[in-house]
Amino acid sequence: MTESILTCRGLSKSYGKKTALAGLDLKLPAGRIIGLLGPNGSGKTTLLKLINGLLTPTSGEILIAGLAPGPETKKIVAYLPERTYLDDSRKVSETLRFFSDFYADFDLERAEAMLADLGIDTNVRLKTLSKGTKEKVQLILVMSRRARLYCLDEPIAGVDPAARDYILRTIINNYDPAASVLISTHLIADVEQVLDEAIFLQRGSVILQKSVDDIRLEDGKSVDALFREVFKC
Amino acid sequence: MVWSFDADRPIYLQLVEHIQQKILNGEFQPGEKLPSVRDLAATAAVNPNTMQKALAELERGGLVFTQRTSGRFITQDAAKIARLRERAALNLTRRFLADLTSLGLPPSAAAALLAAAQKSENRSDVSD
Repeated sequence: MTESILTCRGLSKSYGKKTALAGLDLKLPAGRIIGLLGPNGSGKTTLLKLINGLLTPTSGEILIAGLAPGPETKKIVAYLPERTYLDDSRKVSETLRFFSDFYADFDLERAEAMLADLGIDTNVRLKTLSKGTKEKVQLILVMSRRARLYCLDEPIAGVDPAARDYILRTIINNYDPAASVLISTHLIADVEQVLDEAIFLQRGSVILQKSVDDIRLEDGKSVDALFREVFKC
Repeated sequence: MVWSFDADRPIYLQLVEHIQQKILNGEFQPGEKLPSVRDLAATAAVNPNTMQKALAELERGGLVFTQRTSGRFITQDAAKIARLRERAALNLTRRFLADLTSLGLPPSAAAALLAAAQKSENRSDVSD
């Protein structure tokens, strides 16, 4: 049996009267690429923020490799947030050094190689980059860590289809059989073939966790089609 | 090139078919070493575990074999590849006949149509 990299038990999070997560139970095995899928407001970003210790649970438990979120888990979780937190006035090269100083598992050579692949000049300031290029730089920073769990919040939302392919390839190429990747997205059709498993979130609970090929085999439809059916408005 | 997939069938089965096709059209030669799972997965833009499953399936069928230390290879068994080609051709023909039926034509119309199609193809070859 593989140890689960993430375990949530009865995990709840409320913002005042609004419930974002409602007693969520979840176990993620190591070595998988998992899609965190759900309509707007279903709790995807809240879950990712809880995993990364940016929020604390209202009740319930969350464990990463057996540990509660804290400095030790931040060493093994690489997080791509929905919105950038990087200093726009810094150069790409300075940002690389910053990551290299900050994270012991950061592979500077790998990051530089990927940036070179894309022809991104590391000598320019982040604010001079297009939105799509900035997103690629951020993803490269996150994927260049040798983490155990990668949490990617909408990694492909703002980029063109060619860049999407590049990003998905980057995820596959950097995939380590001991690590898991959790990708939250609305663009299911684009990521479907990269996923092992799909998780459907609805109003803060997991309503489905299943392998993509099992969904296709048993339901005879793509994850995208199943999603449209389950969450039909 | 990202490989394309049908929406309603398991991806690993479609990967098996893609690789079989590459064996038949000579892109993968008999006895040739296959790229690593990760490289194949990246080329196809699919999940590495799914690619692994597809390769295991091909291995079960004997089209691909693993050498403990040096990786995966395409079979050198020409008879096996010939059988695969025959099966693929038969499937293609069945689909063709089914398509004819959906056009309201009996399977017996196939032979004449094939002859006509071949003739017009030859003609367009000449005019090129």
